[in-house]
Amino acid sequence: MSLAGTQSSWRYAPFVLPALLLSAAVVLVPAVLTLLIAFTDWDGVSAPSWNGLDNFRDLLSDFTFWRSLFNNVKWSVIFLTLPMALSLAVASLLRTRRRSYAVYQVIFLLPYVLSPIANASIWSNMIFDQISGVVGFMRAHGLPLRDPLGHVGSALYAVAAADMWHFWGYLTVVYFAAMRQVPADQLEAAYLEGAGPWQIFRHVTLPNIAPTVALMLVLVTIFSFLTFDYVYLMTGGGPARATELLSTLAYGLAFRTFEVGKAAAVALCMSLFGLIAACAYVWTSRESLRA
Amino acid sequence: MRRHLARVAGHATLLIAAAVSLAPLTLVVLNAFKPHAAIVQDPLSLPTALALNNFRAAWAGGDFSIGLINSVLLTGTTVLVTVGFAAPAAFPLARRRIAYWKLISIYFLCSVTVPIQLFLFPLYFVYARLGLVGNVFATACIIAAINLPLSILLLRTYVVAIPIELDDSALMDGASPWQIFRYVIAPLMRPGMVTVAVVVALNAWNEFLITSTFQQGSSGFTMTLGYRAMTSVMGADRGIMMAGACIIVVPVVVFFLLLQRLFLEGMTAGAVKG
Repeated sequence: MSLAGTQSSWRYAPFVLPALLLSAAVVLVPAVLTLLIAFTDWDGVSAPSWNGLDNFRDLLSDFTFWRSLFNNVKWSVIFLTLPMALSLAVASLLRTRRRSYAVYQVIFLLPYVLSPIANASIWSNMIFDQISGVVGFMRAHGLPLRDPLGHVGSALYAVAAADMWHFWGYLTVVYFAAMRQVPADQLEAAYLEGAGPWQIFRHVTLPNIAPTVALMLVLVTIFSFLTFDYVYLMTGGGPARATELLSTLAYGLAFRTFEVGKAAAVALCMSLFGLIAACAYVWTSRESLRA
Repeated sequence: MRRHLARVAGHATLLIAAAVSLAPLTLVVLNAFKPHAAIVQDPLSLPTALALNNFRAAWAGGDFSIGLINSVLLTGTTVLVTVGFAAPAAFPLARRRIAYWKLISIYFLCSVTVPIQLFLFPLYFVYARLGLVGNVFATACIIAAINLPLSILLLRTYVVAIPIELDDSALMDGASPWQIFRYVIAPLMRPGMVTVAVVVALNAWNEFLITSTFQQGSSGFTMTLGYRAMTSVMGADRGIMMAGACIIVVPVVVFFLLLQRLFLEGMTAGAVKG
């Protein structure tokens, strides 16, 4: 038993206080205000007036709200499947590269470290654009392609493609780091028993990295409900709200039409979904809280 | 024979994945040196000359001289505030020496997952009333607060790795908590602080939602915001746009390549469980 570890003490409060105060001023207090504003009619300037559950009632009968929510669910499903599967596969392949894995890691992570503004502009202008982009180039050579961002049926997938291009390398690098901690003797034993690559992955690697995979599933779910940058930058929620997400809907309500009360109500709904995932996140991090 | 085929397929998959990651960036570099007409004709062709006029136009059009200063101030302030607040907080939380350490830790864990929209709107209108909109330092405080929880959680693991016997012997020698932190813990967690600083710097440099909301007016634009504003003025000239993209992307790429070990460590540290 450690001498110092036995008593917790207020003498250590000054160490934590600055961080807590900053977080309270920027996150906690405004979040509580949002909770209150959600029950008011407020344009951000004049005095807010209580209107009870009106904002929520409006949202529930608003087609755009349901559409945004559904888009968020679609977004989660896309991100929980494609990048997950791809990054697990590529991370396993990286394990077989004794030397070149370091180079691949850096290449895969490169899109992840670039700013969303740059990435969104690159994809809009150089890939999807039907005049100057790769799509335009294929059109000029006779392929019947259109700018996928400009059409209701394809816009959400096009934005998701750009965002996945930026994000999947992160997952790969995380999984690869987890896989490197798989005990070598287990892998060797499986190999000597004659297990194929798929059997080794399924019965040795996967059980060992399961906690990391679980954490990533939780984080990806959380961030699917928070995602904003790529949609806002590439389509602004359009065309015809086809890519509207809860985050862009709330932002537009607050800063474009100044219905801040309603925006706060949307933010609360987002947080509710986030909260469910957040509980799972705290639960996966529980070992750091064990006394 | 089958093993051999599988090896080739594995190689091919990795090469294709690398090509997909790099292709859009290659397009930026290729087209940054071409006039708009040549891009429309064939975005995949090589530039015929290393013309720099696109870069000159982009630098002026994106107001990058102002943007550079604002970006550096914003990033620097964010890093200083985040590390300066997170490192001391990580110490008693890791050592469990503070009352309610569990509650505080749960609070920070939860705030990792809070949507920015949950606190953005009231915060904006308060900032507007206080006249803080457009103030780089005030904006940096918001980004610091957002980066704080993950930084504390990350630094906590570095403190945990320091043997507690070191604290104990300092305590027996009559050191105060501050002295223990200053002379025992802080020097040993310096690698952690550097890692956190690098990751936070990247986040601050790339941040979009907070920065675009709070840094309004061209005198407050960061480099990335200046680039975004360029779109409405010279967005029709793809050559200039790609030169602008080069200008904001290349410094980050260089920074990343030089410090890749720290980036990898900082990004995977909190994520790998087991």
